[in-house]
Amino acid sequence: MTVPAPTESGTILTRDICRHHTMGTSVIHAVDGISFSVQGGEFIALLGSSGSGKSSLLNLIAGLDRPTSGDVQVEGRSLAELSSEELARFRRHSVGIVFQAFNLVPSMTVAENVELPLRLAETERSERAGRVREALARVGLSERLGHRPGELSGGEQQRVALARALVNSPRILLADEPTGNLDSHTGMDIMELIGDCNARLGMTVLLVTHERALAERYARRMLFLADGKLVAGQAYPPVGAGRAGQ
Amino acid sequence: MKTPDLLELAARNLRESILRNSLTTLGIGVGVASLVAMLSLGVGLQQLATKRLERTGLFDTVMVSRRDFGGFGARGRTAATSDNIRALDETARQEIAKLPGVLEAVPDLRMMTQMRFNDKPHSTLVAALPMSARDREAFENIQGKFFSSGTAAEAIVQRHFAEELLGLAPGADEAANTSGPSPELQPLLGKELVMYYAERVPATNPANGKPGGQSSSPRLPENSKPTAGPAQAGGMNAGADALLTSFSVVPHTRALRIVGIIADDPDTLRGMGRARAFVPLDFAQGLQIMMPSDLRDGEGLGGRTYTQLSVRVQNSRDVPRVEDAIHRMGLGAFSLLDASRNLQRFFTVLDLFLGIFGSLALAVASLGIINTLVMAILERRREIGILKALGASDSDVKMLFFAEAGAMGIVGGLLGVGLGWMIGKVINTATNIYLHRQNLPSETFWSVPWWLVLGALGFSLVVSLLSGLYPAARAARLDPVKALRYE
Repeated sequence: MTVPAPTESGTILTRDICRHHTMGTSVIHAVDGISFSVQGGEFIALLGSSGSGKSSLLNLIAGLDRPTSGDVQVEGRSLAELSSEELARFRRHSVGIVFQAFNLVPSMTVAENVELPLRLAETERSERAGRVREALARVGLSERLGHRPGELSGGEQQRVALARALVNSPRILLADEPTGNLDSHTGMDIMELIGDCNARLGMTVLLVTHERALAERYARRMLFLADGKLVAGQAYPPVGAGRAGQ
Repeated sequence: MKTPDLLELAARNLRESILRNSLTTLGIGVGVASLVAMLSLGVGLQQLATKRLERTGLFDTVMVSRRDFGGFGARGRTAATSDNIRALDETARQEIAKLPGVLEAVPDLRMMTQMRFNDKPHSTLVAALPMSARDREAFENIQGKFFSSGTAAEAIVQRHFAEELLGLAPGADEAANTSGPSPELQPLLGKELVMYYAERVPATNPANGKPGGQSSSPRLPENSKPTAGPAQAGGMNAGADALLTSFSVVPHTRALRIVGIIADDPDTLRGMGRARAFVPLDFAQGLQIMMPSDLRDGEGLGGRTYTQLSVRVQNSRDVPRVEDAIHRMGLGAFSLLDASRNLQRFFTVLDLFLGIFGSLALAVASLGIINTLVMAILERRREIGILKALGASDSDVKMLFFAEAGAMGIVGGLLGVGLGWMIGKVINTATNIYLHRQNLPSETFWSVPWWLVLGALGFSLVVSLLSGLYPAARAARLDPVKALRYE
């Protein structure tokens, strides 16, 4: 099979990627030889049961972890070749991550949490407030700037996390079970927002979920994982897939 | 991350565990306070000793004599030959006085005389003092006053001599063991003391005694010369003609008014012995007192020669240079600078030891910083993971922990400097209360110079940053995936 070479922004390509963990004498194959590609602006869902390697794969694509073997290319750059500092810069500017557990800093207000990526990206202070307000307005939390995460509902916390992921205008949004800790109604709201990012902003979205219904509703392509392997789904985009809205 | 953001985040993190971080900072403060208190006392004692020594006039003074006779310095003695020996005369004195860094070059006049008080004779060594001696430590607690002028017929007597004059047993006065005034000796002030001395008079200039209480000696002008005198600055090579010059030794008396009583001889370490009475230098020179050097140099009145000169320099640092210049002039020179250097070395070692002891508390405090920051890593493990997931680099995380350690170091340092200053002040005050109760004068044993403040702050910062090395490196190494899983 010919592997299409992604050239656009927001593209992802994995080649025979593996991530093995050694625990005592046994080796766990969290990700075991997965190859797939995503075109810029695509909405992909990674499905599988718990322990199938979805989150491990997402971490490799996010540059939070390094593969044992194989290669991950994001926007044409091989992450394996990037230094630790370059990987940090990649996470800062190229990807936004939403976690199942929200991962907000509890001691910071909503605005401060959303401002955090801007601080790391050394955005001018004068510019930050506007961008924070804009990101929070996008997720419908303009009125909760001064609240702390503990004062918000789960859905609101996930919206803050989404605003934080969007504030640096990344080209790729990685969502790891974003509705896992939410009720179905709130989960749908969050998925609407994520879908909106894909549709309106043209962001590549890689959604990790075990809810097939959600995936079928929002993703254009689904990849199924089991025991660290890609077991079903279309690994490569069909001709004509790409930018949202196209 | 930009520095202001880094500092803001560090301050926020420190506020999150305010009690623990405050206690750690207090620990640093106590460590720095211990260091500052110890060193401030060391520095204070050094300054006190230096000031005292400077006021004795011993360490900014070069003693000058002829090389051949009682000359000072090995270099002078070994190099002395009959050809290069130079007379210690007025020309030499003026030449020395003009050397760079020299404040004054005054003759060291000391003579054995008989003093009569209430018609009772008392033998004593009398020393002549320049008016600049007023600032010396010995006159700090003078009972009475210093000479009114350089030519005044006045005397200052040493306390034990004053007791002898009044017929008191030695140490009988209440203030004998203190520096305070003695009521028993007070009646002596203003009284007349008659000095018997030998005046040298040129043979060609007959003596003509003066009546009255002022003096019975013939008054010769300073620059008077015998009619057949030798060359003024001739020295030993003046030739046989010089030996033909003669002068008479005429006994004279001079009434002196006692104006002050001092506890110590201001020139304890100078001259052949301790003087017990002091007169103004200009006055003494005007008396043309017969000095041992008059016979030794064989020049008679052909030119004034001195046994010894006392050369005061502006700064003790100038002493070696002046000493060398005097040696080059063919004269012997000696100073107590080596003793001063030893003293400096002693205080440097003392300060070092005090600093080491003071630093022990700071070393303990640094363990507190390590402990606090390691605890912070455990508590903020997930937060570190979030930061990394959002794009914080290893160096960002490292710098964040460094900033926290540094902030604790600076705040602790400021606290410590203030605390150390207070401890030093309290020790100084308490010691002075004790001294006051012992009828001793107050002293300043404690000093916090600016370099100590800056040094303590810098040291505190460096120690804190070093303490933050391990926690910062550990935090930077955290695997973000594992950190994000941490509950």
